[in-house]
Amino acid sequence: MGLVLFYILGGITIVAALGVVTTRNIVYGALFLLVSLMGVAGLFVVLFAEFLALVQLLIYGGAIIIVILFALMLTRETDFSIATEHRRWPVAAVVSLALFGLLASSAINDSSLYNSDRRSGIGIEELGTGLFENWAVPFEIASIVLLVALIGAIVIGRSGDEEDGGQA
Amino acid sequence: MNVTLSDTITLSVQLFALFNVAALAAVSLVWLERRFLGRLQGRPGPNRVGPLGLLQPIADAIKLMSKEDVAPGSSQRLLFYAAPILVFVPAFVVWLTFPLARDVVVRNMDMGLFFFVAISVLSIVGLVLAGWSSNSKYAILGGFRAAAQLVSYEIPIITMILIIGMLSDSLDFVKVVDAQATIPFIAVVPLAFVIFLIAGLAEVGRTPFDIYFAESEVVGGPFVEYSGAHWAIFFLAEYVNTFVIGILGALLFLGGWRWPFGADLPQVASVALLMGKAYFIVLIIFWIRGTYPRMRIDQLMAMAWKWLIPLSFVLFLAAAFQLKFEWPWWVLTILSLVILVVPVIVQSRKQRNPALELAARYAANAIVVQAKPRPAPAVEDAPVVTPAAEGTSV
Repeated sequence: MGLVLFYILGGITIVAALGVVTTRNIVYGALFLLVSLMGVAGLFVVLFAEFLALVQLLIYGGAIIIVILFALMLTRETDFSIATEHRRWPVAAVVSLALFGLLASSAINDSSLYNSDRRSGIGIEELGTGLFENWAVPFEIASIVLLVALIGAIVIGRSGDEEDGGQA
Repeated sequence: MNVTLSDTITLSVQLFALFNVAALAAVSLVWLERRFLGRLQGRPGPNRVGPLGLLQPIADAIKLMSKEDVAPGSSQRLLFYAAPILVFVPAFVVWLTFPLARDVVVRNMDMGLFFFVAISVLSIVGLVLAGWSSNSKYAILGGFRAAAQLVSYEIPIITMILIIGMLSDSLDFVKVVDAQATIPFIAVVPLAFVIFLIAGLAEVGRTPFDIYFAESEVVGGPFVEYSGAHWAIFFLAEYVNTFVIGILGALLFLGGWRWPFGADLPQVASVALLMGKAYFIVLIIFWIRGTYPRMRIDQLMAMAWKWLIPLSFVLFLAAAFQLKFEWPWWVLTILSLVILVVPVIVQSRKQRNPALELAARYAANAIVVQAKPRPAPAVEDAPVVTPAAEGTSV
């Protein structure tokens, strides 16, 4: 049962991911991305990682896809008719295949790490203890990095505003 | 993971029952809102169909179902019909973890609060898609407004849910209710309830926060091109979400099925108690709708980003301090009132009232009203008007 679900969800994820790069309509591309990410969330559930699945829903389904859709809907489809016709796609294909090979080989080599006989999820208390006690410093560093990125985005956005004001 | 046939059947029956409970609750809210608003405004409300107008929602539903379902010719047809479902499904899925009493729940999860947060966010995608796929200016404006409003008000509501999780030491709804056996969380963190209610109103788009489908501004927002059954789905989802805010408020702040009795009542009484509290919160929501006019979009965003989010972060810190140093619970009550009152006083001091200022200046004789002397007419520049020309010039 679990295995069947795994293959169904994996298939949905892969088909939707192919849809992202093959569809002509960019909003449909964003929606395929949403389906693909939701498929990943489903895979997390099958692998007993409920918390990760919910985080996936919240961050990708709730925040990132909304922002992507928001930006895309303000564009016109004709703006991108030429952008997809460039000649560098073999380079992109090589890079993505190399990355896939790297990830796949490392996953296969270390499969003993993932193939545990665990048949229940990690409780949320355990997760909290791990994040906020054992690994508190990396967690805080990650949040500081995010904060820096946020401030950087504000600085870049504001400097654009000032240039516009100068011209006007 | 062994799923037997009987498990599947049980789950299907549970889901069917849940679906009906949620739909009935939503339909009851439609009736309640119209009657209650009527009472607030000194008119009877719907009172013709059935006793007390109780069958009015059914008549409305039949009318909506029998209407022709029209889609704009230039719409993205597939997404246009998928969008109502995308809004509707999360509204029902969140009910899976709501315990209506101890053991009256489809699936109790140890991270039920987080499940609610993660699932409810998904309905924004449906609203944005409804706006975009309609291919109409009002619809897409409404879709953008919906995205901006809902993403902004997610932050305070999630922070409030986090505070409740901290206070009750669990994200499990049953344990949250158990933590309130003697003192409900509304007494511990009154400010959290206020922020939760305001942000909840904004999340479900009730007046005064119905900016994204405001009739006077964007006609109907994302729903403008929908009709018949598809519009009815949006409508149903809105009322289901309103009731979700009621149930959530009852579970998180009003002590669920335990307070004020402490011990567990029999199951039927527990469900009745919880439902009573939920309907009480829903009535507050309708009361606010009958009282306040709609906000402007800039006021709405300012309220989220300048008021609710800072207040909720400060409250979050206060709750953390209270838990860390193990102060008694009423310290948090006082802190939360101070956090609310101090900014309000500071703001009202800063707030300018131009009419009052002008009146004060008149009273202090700072402005002396006097008739200005008329400037003398410039005789040289004026054209010479002869009686004959006067008749034709105008």
